[in-house]
Amino acid sequence: MQLELSPEDAAFREEMREFFTTKVPQEIRTAVAERRELSKEQIVESQQILNAAGLAVPHWPVEHGGQDWSALRRHIWHEEMQRACVPLPLAFNASMVGPVIAQFGSDEIKERFLAKTANLDIWWSQGFSEPDAGSDLASLRTTAVRDGDEFVVNGQKTWTTLGQYGDWIFCLVRTDPDAKKQRGISFLLIDMTSPGLTVRPIELIDGGHEVNEVWFEDVRVPADNLVGELNHGWDYAKFLLGNERVGVAPVGATKRVLAQAKEYAGEQLKDPLTAARFAELENELLALELTALRVVANSADGKPHPASSVLKLKGTELQQAVSELVVDLAGPASWASGADDDSELAGWARRATPTYLNLRKASIYGGSNEIQRQIIAKTILGL
Amino acid sequence: MDFTYDDEQQALREAVRGLVGKAYSDFESRRQAVKEDPGFDEKLWARLAEMGILGLPFREEDGGSGAGPVEVAIVAEEMGRVLAPEPFLTSVVLAGGIVSAGASPEQRAEILGALSGGESVLAFAHAEPGTRWVATAEGVTATQDGDTWTLSGVKEPVPHGARADQLVVSAKLPEGGTGLFLVDPSAAGTERTGYATHDGGRAARVAFDGAAGVPLGEAGADRTPTIAAVLDIARVMACNEAIGAMEVALRATTEYLKNRKQFGVPLNTFQALNFRAADMYVSLELAKSLTTWATMVIAGGQPDEMADAARRAALGVSRAGRHLGQEAIQLHGGIGMTAEYSIGSYTSHLTALDHLLGDGNFHLSTLVAGIGEYDEVDPLD
Repeated sequence: MQLELSPEDAAFREEMREFFTTKVPQEIRTAVAERRELSKEQIVESQQILNAAGLAVPHWPVEHGGQDWSALRRHIWHEEMQRACVPLPLAFNASMVGPVIAQFGSDEIKERFLAKTANLDIWWSQGFSEPDAGSDLASLRTTAVRDGDEFVVNGQKTWTTLGQYGDWIFCLVRTDPDAKKQRGISFLLIDMTSPGLTVRPIELIDGGHEVNEVWFEDVRVPADNLVGELNHGWDYAKFLLGNERVGVAPVGATKRVLAQAKEYAGEQLKDPLTAARFAELENELLALELTALRVVANSADGKPHPASSVLKLKGTELQQAVSELVVDLAGPASWASGADDDSELAGWARRATPTYLNLRKASIYGGSNEIQRQIIAKTILGL
Repeated sequence: MDFTYDDEQQALREAVRGLVGKAYSDFESRRQAVKEDPGFDEKLWARLAEMGILGLPFREEDGGSGAGPVEVAIVAEEMGRVLAPEPFLTSVVLAGGIVSAGASPEQRAEILGALSGGESVLAFAHAEPGTRWVATAEGVTATQDGDTWTLSGVKEPVPHGARADQLVVSAKLPEGGTGLFLVDPSAAGTERTGYATHDGGRAARVAFDGAAGVPLGEAGADRTPTIAAVLDIARVMACNEAIGAMEVALRATTEYLKNRKQFGVPLNTFQALNFRAADMYVSLELAKSLTTWATMVIAGGQPDEMADAARRAALGVSRAGRHLGQEAIQLHGGIGMTAEYSIGSYTSHLTALDHLLGDGNFHLSTLVAGIGEYDEVDPLD
């Protein structure tokens, strides 16, 4: 047991810190720090800077641009990015479809997509959830029927995050309606400019346009766009969702917001109840960060540690709790969410409530926290 | 940063588990051990001494084996797993720790040699009626007459104070500050009243009326920093003991949910109960992370960092211990209330550990006092 990072890992951390704070434009990092919405161009620019330095997709296989890093170094990379207010590489590309293609795709599909996916030349959307298939994803009904060299896709996807920017969408589609729920599902890549595909915005409680519905009406998709084998999509989805839970606790970002909140608090920090909330949250975040390090230290052979469900569950709870604290610090100023920059009230205070409302999603997406409890109960506690 | 045990540490864990875990493999043997005074198994204490466990934290020249906090933590966790009533935490870690940190080399060799060998049980008489987890003494005062010192006042509760062969006593010095003294409890002017605590432990009221005290280490010196530092170490070891207890309490609870039938089906058919068990697991894992980290910080030996880490671990373990202890009983239903069944005793002991060296709110208030002095907590810096 040792407390310190090894000199090599400490140097690696310095290197990451140096890169993120000097190479990614200050304007982008300031927007993240102030919790402003980033433009598509800013997200693309940031990822391309990372990718050029080999820092966008380090968890991919080395031949496709990955780095042969230890789990600890990946953790450090991830934390330092958040600490430096660098937008994380687009999850749909870097954490979801990329690893699936690299693992299960044909050589031809890898060749077509991987480099562009890493560099965000293609912006991917995720087409998993449907109106009647949320946490119960296997109930999905969007169909793909083979017709010659093409599939014909019909149905509806929902909660498609940033789908308005999407160039391509990776979808789970039902290819064998007679098979049992999890069987008969395939993993299909669809060009979002295809005729018959419509993206409609869903307005959310924070007033922003973040998610969309995607409709498929006789959308014709080349059969070559199938990833892996027909009717094995569920396996790939499970692989993808397993990846998603790793690094899902946004410890670095939540810590940063809590530290900023101390500045927002000012004199309010003298209020004992407010100070106690800070101290409790700091301690829980410390416990979470140390748990993430424990998971990293114990994750042999790249498999997710069973306790990673703890990270998702507690990580999102703390993320939400900190956003709640910020609304409370803003107090009456939190009403001014519709005011523009001429407002007398601080920007952070005006954005406090939309952020708080937006983050209610965190305990729902990525396998709701109830699903995480179910995983802990079943797979860890054997209940 | 590395949270894994090396081979020797693994072996130590197996050895302690083999001895203590076997001695208390069924809860009834623990019940028997705490029934009669001194409230623990003297034979098991002797075997722990033979194994070198009682001398683990002390220097080799003092009769110990010079192991580090990680090894001590391993023992504490194993003791916690079976609620072993032997006073490893209070006699070895706490009272022994005070002697190790504060005594002269001659005193150390004599006292710690006997403690390590299992020949002498030591108690730290520090808590006083009316004070709450401070590092200083108020109610017991020391008076100097030439080279001789006498103590007067009351210490309570003193863990294992009635059984102890020797007392280490904190006392207010004539010139201010808190001194440390050795007191032979059989000498004139010392009166002890022992009793059982709610968790099967032992404590005592110890009253001094002009009792002779031998200064521990330098006479007349203010030893508050020494006491504070040892309290921090003991806090973290108490956290480790609590982690062991919580792990077993959670496992017992999940086993119960799988086996106990109500309405014709096992309890784990009910999702509401499974989710509560999952939340217990979350609390436990987070508390374990803090505790292991704090143990490593103690091993690092920087006083400021040690104090901060001890507070943070104690806060996390206090919250987790209450959560797990309360839920363990609730999910067991009525049987959780009975003394014959173990689970209630786990909750009782977690409550005792919580209040031995400062509960969550106590540590939280210290953390709150310094909240404006830093921007974030970083365990890697």
